[in-house]
Amino acid sequence: MSLDKNTVRNIAHLARIEVPDDELEHLACELSKIIDFVEQLSEVNTDGVPPMTSVADLSLPQREDAVKDGGYQDKVLANAPEADEGFFLVPKVVE
Amino acid sequence: MAYVIQGDKHDWEVVIGLEVHAQVISNSKLFSGAATEFGNDPNSQVSFVDAGFPGMLPVINAVCVEQAVRTGLGLKAKINLTSVFARKNYFYADLPQGYQISQYELPIVGEGEVILDMPDGSTRTIGIERLHLEQDAGKSMHDQHPSRSYIDLNRSGVALMEIVSKPDMRSPEEAGAYVTKLRSILRYLGTCDGNMQEGSMRCDANVSVRPVGSTELRTRCEIKNVNSIRFLQQAIEYEARRHIDVYEDGGTISQETRLFDSAKGETRSMRSKEQAHDYRYFPDPDLLPLQLDPGMIEGIRATLPELPDEKKARFVRDYGLSPYDAGVLVAEKAPADFYETVAKGRDAKLAANWVMGDFFAALNRTGKTIENPPVTADNLGGLIDLIADNTISGRIAKEVFELMVETGKAPAIIVEEKGLRQVTDTGAIDAAIAAVLAANPDKVAEYRSGKDKLFGFFVGQVMKATQGKANPAMVNDILKTKLAE
Amino acid sequence: MSKLTNLTIAQARDGLAKGDFSATELAQAHLGAIDKARGLNAYITETPELALAQAAASDKRRQAGNVGALEGIPLAIKDLFCTEGVRTTAASHILDGFTPPYESTVTANLKRAGAVFLGKANLDEFAMGSSNETSYYGGVENPWKRKGSDAKLVPGGSSGGSAAAVAARLALGATGTDTGGSIRQPAAFCGIVGIKPTYGRCSRWGIVAFASSLDQAGPMTRTVRDSAIMLGAMCGHDPKDSTSAPMPVPDFEKALTGDIRGLKVGIPREYRPEGLSPEIAKLWDQGIDWLKAAGATPVDISLPHTKYALATYYIVAPAEASSNLARYDGVRFGLRVPGKTLDEQYAKTRGEGFGKEVRRRILIGTYVLSAGYYDAYYAKAQKLRTLIARDFAEAFKAVDVILTPTAPSAAFAAGEKTDDPIAMYLNDVFTVPTSLAGLPGISVPAGLNAEGLPLGLQLIGRPFDEETVLKVAEVMEQAAGFTALPAGVEG
Ligand SMILES: [Mg+2]
Ligand SMILES: [Zn+2]
Repeated sequence: MSLDKNTVRNIAHLARIEVPDDELEHLACELSKIIDFVEQLSEVNTDGVPPMTSVADLSLPQREDAVKDGGYQDKVLANAPEADEGFFLVPKVVE
Repeated sequence: MAYVIQGDKHDWEVVIGLEVHAQVISNSKLFSGAATEFGNDPNSQVSFVDAGFPGMLPVINAVCVEQAVRTGLGLKAKINLTSVFARKNYFYADLPQGYQISQYELPIVGEGEVILDMPDGSTRTIGIERLHLEQDAGKSMHDQHPSRSYIDLNRSGVALMEIVSKPDMRSPEEAGAYVTKLRSILRYLGTCDGNMQEGSMRCDANVSVRPVGSTELRTRCEIKNVNSIRFLQQAIEYEARRHIDVYEDGGTISQETRLFDSAKGETRSMRSKEQAHDYRYFPDPDLLPLQLDPGMIEGIRATLPELPDEKKARFVRDYGLSPYDAGVLVAEKAPADFYETVAKGRDAKLAANWVMGDFFAALNRTGKTIENPPVTADNLGGLIDLIADNTISGRIAKEVFELMVETGKAPAIIVEEKGLRQVTDTGAIDAAIAAVLAANPDKVAEYRSGKDKLFGFFVGQVMKATQGKANPAMVNDILKTKLAE
Repeated sequence: MSKLTNLTIAQARDGLAKGDFSATELAQAHLGAIDKARGLNAYITETPELALAQAAASDKRRQAGNVGALEGIPLAIKDLFCTEGVRTTAASHILDGFTPPYESTVTANLKRAGAVFLGKANLDEFAMGSSNETSYYGGVENPWKRKGSDAKLVPGGSSGGSAAAVAARLALGATGTDTGGSIRQPAAFCGIVGIKPTYGRCSRWGIVAFASSLDQAGPMTRTVRDSAIMLGAMCGHDPKDSTSAPMPVPDFEKALTGDIRGLKVGIPREYRPEGLSPEIAKLWDQGIDWLKAAGATPVDISLPHTKYALATYYIVAPAEASSNLARYDGVRFGLRVPGKTLDEQYAKTRGEGFGKEVRRRILIGTYVLSAGYYDAYYAKAQKLRTLIARDFAEAFKAVDVILTPTAPSAAFAAGEKTDDPIAMYLNDVFTVPTSLAGLPGISVPAGLNAEGLPLGLQLIGRPFDEETVLKVAEVMEQAAGFTALPAGVEG
């Protein structure tokens, strides 16, 4: 199995997705199957092949430096689960 | 003069690299059209892009790109014609997208340099590793509520230049000089206002130590967000000493991010950041590679202002100033311009002494700014002219200068009103001398019998009699002849 | 006059122009049909009031003499497009209660063209799926049934609600999005036409992102002509999307000349793996004969890296998704599951808010990007992607268009593949390469299998050459004469 329980626990933490301990084993198997499936790419020789950056062969368009957006605090906060005095609220973060 | 820290076992040197985050001067954000102004209502300068709403996409600000190129040119750095924006993935309350758009493998600016002007007049060249463009995060406030942090995204998406130095600095003093010089260059270029209080210039220090003479690079610690040069230097001193103590007790330093506590004057480990990060950088698929046209770069190069180093060299060359004086005068553009107005067509050294001496003193004393100075450059120049044409002596000039600070009047007017014009008419001086000699026959006798030390006494008496307005040179000549009779 | 819901967009356009019926009547007919067919679960959110208001406004515009390309045409909108003031879910629990304060560029273009929105169509959660079974709002039922069987079949995915709605006459057309086949495969499963245009043709602004380098919006309709009409209204350069192509929008409908004489049609041998269902192989040969009969020349071609496309896709797409979906954190919108600390709140919100398949893909994507694995997986996959794109570029030196099957099978039964991700992923084996190369691809209903279920053929074109794709598609459509109707739809 290419992924063990610990690896799954770690990536689940990186991704901030809660996974109950009793599901780790099963999930590790599922994910391993997928990783084993994509492993087949290793058999292809890609020496000197540039990784694709974008299928659209354009260069990055740039916009003018003008203030044309923002200024709608109400809309930004309208969907917030918790807000107060114009701020978003989250559980206190201790540094 | 190398900075060496004595340990119990041996002498140590400190190795310092700095990461400076400089907020780009632009009207709108790096990838959105929201305003960048400082200090408005929370979340009032936030677009749906900045707030990471579903389906929102970044579009890059052309001026931010130009500012990065301009800064790169100002740092004599290599500009990369192709650079790539990458996502730095991590979760934090003030990082709405769950990633910061930054540059990783291919930054817009490569290697460059910053030349430090040290107080002893010497210079040190510090290497620049890279400069890249990235988004600022929002602000979290933790003191508003017992159980809640408050999130304001106004800064979210504002353009930053992260300027990374090579580990070339060897003392807190050099680190301070580096930040000062970098700030000066950015301000000359107009790419960052350098305001450390408002956080538009923030500094992280990578600090390690090693025994003097060794060339190894030992484990470094990153000290985050030191928001003043003084704190930066304190933090480095403290951190270096901490490493040395650990090493000399046979311990090891583990690489970590630390926070400087300015109240305690010490650094402490940032628990929250301690767990190893895995940022999973990858090229941002919402953006294409940034291609720069060499013509655009040359266009910017053509509009670069004279930068501090060039100005300093010119001041040394054309005005005959010492490298240190020149360095002080060019640190900011305004005083340098002020000096050049004063020095124009005058004794440049004398002008430098007046600007750096009485003028800077008056500036501090009055708390005024160079933009609205206690004495205008033209008036100060006028004062120097009065000295040059013998209207007043240097000593009287000091008096006149103070009156100029008080009244703001032109020096010539003050000299007239106060009758401070130097006495150059021989008749008056003859009379004063005759009076002094008549009043002191015994001393005249002693002098003539060889006690020529008394000459200074006679000069003093004559100057006193003329309230210091007599031309010192003339007094000397006439006295000599009279006493020789 | 046949039922209003059975009209094509082109027919409805003419009927409205002639005044045979009004946009309001047309909308009402569809709202009625939606009412009767609610069991299909094709819509997550129905917007009848909005539809009638838009229809009334459209009738006014027509009286005033300004008529857009889709004036009064009732459409279903995949619930991945943000619609101002209308709840947008991406079929995910994590977007609970989210009402966008903005309108996606594509839907804004459709509104400007006069379209009427009937509601938000069901889909796989965050467009991750090939059967529409991952929707938090429940699966969609395919209106088609196997001969003599009542088993519920899937409509394909991720644009399953859109496909089912169009097939079941609950809309004249629908928007879809396609990341690895999400327009073309459900179109094939439901016996309709669906085109994924060239990457960059349609703006991605305001579409909930799955995999940014692959996502493309496109139309799903009952005829090729309808797709041409609708695509023209959807696409166009958008300065708000840095990957949107600054290309003029051709009159796609004009491209439907019916004349494909002399065109070279590539037949890629790698799309005929052993184990390919004989019915599919037979249909493909049939397609070749149709095009030959119309004066085109089949050309045997090779796309050597085809067999690696699926593995490449299942690295690139989850990697981008793991980052794109990081913004669903319970802070600014959508679901929040409280926790003692911020990290706990993130983990609970995202653990509960995302369904199984989405969690699976986020974890895979996080893994392949994580320290030490980037080069082995993500960088490697992007190199394969270069090779796959080169295969096509090479082939298009010799041919004008490529013909393949759309999917390896017809619609399958609900629950048949849900517990085997790989088996599910194989649905996209023929559509994924096109997506990886950013090329336009269309699926056209070409016939029925032995069980009476529709099968589709795919035509792939050069970048920004949707015109050739549509032209050939229409010729094939005529030749196939596909007139079969799904269960419960009378002509
Ligand atoms: Mg950094
Ligand atoms: Zn940074």
